[in-house]
Amino acid sequence: MSTQPDNRDAAGWARPVRHLTGADGHINVTGRRPTAPMNGFGRMWQKTYRTRVGDDSLEPTAVITVWKEHFSELWPAGNRFFAPLAGIAPGEVAALDLTMPGGLKLSTGVLVLFADEESFTLMTPQGHMFAGWITFSSFVEDGSTYAQAQVLMRAGDPLYEIGMSLGGHKQEDAHWSHTLTSLAARLGASEAVEVQSVCVDRRRQWSRAANVWHNAGIRSGLHMASAPVRIMTRPFARGAKA
Amino acid sequence: MSDTATRLSVSTPAPGISVIEIAGEVTRESDSALREAYEQAAEGARSIVLGFASLEYMNSSGIGLLVTLLVRAQRNKQQILAYGLSEHYRQIFELTRLDEVIAIHDSEAAALAAAA
Repeated sequence: MSTQPDNRDAAGWARPVRHLTGADGHINVTGRRPTAPMNGFGRMWQKTYRTRVGDDSLEPTAVITVWKEHFSELWPAGNRFFAPLAGIAPGEVAALDLTMPGGLKLSTGVLVLFADEESFTLMTPQGHMFAGWITFSSFVEDGSTYAQAQVLMRAGDPLYEIGMSLGGHKQEDAHWSHTLTSLAARLGASEAVEVQSVCVDRRRQWSRAANVWHNAGIRSGLHMASAPVRIMTRPFARGAKA
Repeated sequence: MSDTATRLSVSTPAPGISVIEIAGEVTRESDSALREAYEQAAEGARSIVLGFASLEYMNSSGIGLLVTLLVRAQRNKQQILAYGLSEHYRQIFELTRLDEVIAIHDSEAAALAAAA
């Protein structure tokens, strides 16, 4: 059997969870299973976004500290990351509100799968637009310090797969490019963001087509549409004060 | 950290079965080494067994590399098996749901028997 994990490992990973808890009051998070790239429907993509944030005197650990602390502030307008109270730490669950093409708000969440001083990884739950994870890291290469976001994903279901090909990939590229540009600016750098997309697997997993049942976009839309009914029936809800 | 942090050895204990022994660390720097080991192991193999008994450290980028290796194996209609995972890494495989697509065995002998 394997040797004991070293100290970096012991604290870095989330504990196994079958279903997410937390993100109180946010739909499409509690009770959802975390999903890996293998659990999605669409083609598998590995998308890498990276930018130079300084010379090698800038420690990668300093970059990741800033990134973790200001994660939500670096996102493009119209998208919100509700950071967990404990911050970006292994096992924490964060809620997200994302603006989709057409103005639809998609409510979903993420599990912090892994976090150490030089990287952290977010894992998506059922219903998210993609199944997989995003790793944020910083490293030194050829005398420069870089920040990088790398997505390994499959679109969650057939509807998301269509959406990704009709502008979803472009929107995602814009999202992470904006994030990295904002991070670099905070660190005093202004280099262009390099984007590399590799289709790891062209096959679609039709056995996963039923994932559409959990589609957070549909459920978010239904939730918004039914808001007037919920408001009107609130006084009659069980336990409501007279 | 350099490539040397990942130490990989490939063997063919039986026709159609290759074993990749993974020692040291598996991180983003392990990409090319793991890719080369897979290409060596994949020749004529219908089953590829990953040995983790000497694994010291693996982060989430390392898990990502295993996913891409798995995809390559599936494309080549090869099954992936694993042995030697500590309780800690068994939990990581469960959390990342790799245990649903990689058959995990307690020992090399058990993995080889299942691969045969």
